[in-house]
Amino acid sequence: MITIQNLNKWFDDKHVLDNINAEFKPGVANLVIGASGGGKSVLIKCMVGLLTPESGKILYGNQDFIGLEYHRKQNLRSEIGMLFQNTALFDSLTVQENIEFPLRMFSKFTPEERLDRVNFCLEKVQLVNVNNKYPAEISGGMKKRVGIARAIALEINYLFCDEPNSGLDPLTSRIIDKLLLGITQEFNITTVINSHDMKTVIDIGEHIIFMFKGQKWWEGSNHELPNARRENPELDAFFKASF
Amino acid sequence: MNLLSEIGRFTLFMKFVLRKPEKSKVFWTTTFREMYLIGIDSLLIVILIAFFTGAVTTIQTASQLLSPSDLFPTQLMPKFVIGAVVGTSSLLELAPTVTCLVLAGKIGANIASEIGNMKVSEQIDAYEVMGINSANFVTLPKIIAGIIMIPCLIIVANFLLLFGGYLACKMTTTLTSSDLIQGARLVFKPLYLKVMLTKSVIFAFIITSLSAFQGYYTTGGALEVGEAGTKAVTKICIFILFFDLVIAQLFLKS
Ligand SMILES: Nc1ncnc2c1ncn2[C@@H]1O[C@H](COP(=O)(O)OP(=O)(O)O)[C@@H](O)[C@H]1O
Ligand SMILES: [Mg+2]
Repeated sequence: MITIQNLNKWFDDKHVLDNINAEFKPGVANLVIGASGGGKSVLIKCMVGLLTPESGKILYGNQDFIGLEYHRKQNLRSEIGMLFQNTALFDSLTVQENIEFPLRMFSKFTPEERLDRVNFCLEKVQLVNVNNKYPAEISGGMKKRVGIARAIALEINYLFCDEPNSGLDPLTSRIIDKLLLGITQEFNITTVINSHDMKTVIDIGEHIIFMFKGQKWWEGSNHELPNARRENPELDAFFKASF
Repeated sequence: MNLLSEIGRFTLFMKFVLRKPEKSKVFWTTTFREMYLIGIDSLLIVILIAFFTGAVTTIQTASQLLSPSDLFPTQLMPKFVIGAVVGTSSLLELAPTVTCLVLAGKIGANIASEIGNMKVSEQIDAYEVMGINSANFVTLPKIIAGIIMIPCLIIVANFLLLFGGYLACKMTTTLTSSDLIQGARLVFKPLYLKVMLTKSVIFAFIITSLSAFQGYYTTGGALEVGEAGTKAVTKICIFILFFDLVIAQLFLKS
């Protein structure tokens, strides 16, 4: 479980995260939604430590990530996986080497054990016969899958996905959604997904946070959405704009 | 002011770069690959440039010193002087400085755009999220590889410079190749070798670290990645020429 308390992030005089409080539970898809520029990526980057917020707490379990001592922070990091918006696969490495990379750096696995784990992860994302291809040689949807496989290579407890459906066709988007939800439930990990894909929100959004003007504007589940849209014009406008 | 803050940022960057690598096995594998890329891929251009510069320098020096003038009768000019001039300028300037200015364009631009691309495509962020010191991971192997391979390239360049000069002598009648070799050997001092090696190591560090620095702080997209390459080359050239002067002053001031 991840708990965010009074999180504030500024860029110069722009208040990008305005006193955010939230809780992300394991085993469900936690979605952060909102218009482009609403601060979704900044929120995730603060949570994984790529950006430092001006104030607030980010609690993994009960340890505050921000104040954590270097080695404990590094330890915690090996429990975190991230799927980047443009996948951020290492383009000089093959698919297999990409997924193997975290294992090479942080596990004591033998080469055989590493290969087993790579193939296990590839199976989880339903990819075959791509081990020796380079990222430039595979499609956008396959890259996302490899990105997911790399993120789960170590036995993680936390998974962050920044716009996992960006640049994908609707059909592939649904497959990626299902994969992410499946992995989240199977391994009972805490998953946070940034999205502005309405289908995702309606399909798998068991816990949704709607960001507007840097604030947590609305929070609820996909079942509550229809009612919430009636009462919340900003949320309604966001949905209308997306279709 | 701008220069000062730039130097500050560079120092901070180097503080992250010059740390013990996380996994020494991965580090050395990467370093060997970089050594191959830096060394082997640049060998041909270094050889070509050194060979032709050597030939041209020999012909031009001979022509300057042996052309009739009122100041000094040419028949009194000993021919080995040409060899002495060519030999020392190869060792002190042509091999290290000219080679490194060329390598700035080849290796420097390459490193800056490679790391710049990793930055804008979030590969650097991916390392950081995994808990890897990205500045160290992507930069240190390149710096170490450069400091090992660039001096080797410069030593090769030295031989090719003299070989170019040697062949140039064979093609003309004004100068024999033994004049050249004799002259070069006559004025050789171990100090010159020291200067050459000092320059090579410092220039190698400038080329690899400045280009990595430029790439690492790229923001934006493909356009900025390209710009990072050209900006890196300009900065490297300026710093090489500046330190060229500093080293010459330090070692050779009479
Ligand atoms: N590194 C940065 N420097 C300055 N401003 C930034 C930076 N990153 C994001 N921003 C600003 O913060 C706001 C939120 O951005 P972001 O989180 O990327 O939005 P999105 O919800 O589309 O992911 C935007 O207005 C953006 O311009
Ligand atoms: Mg975003």
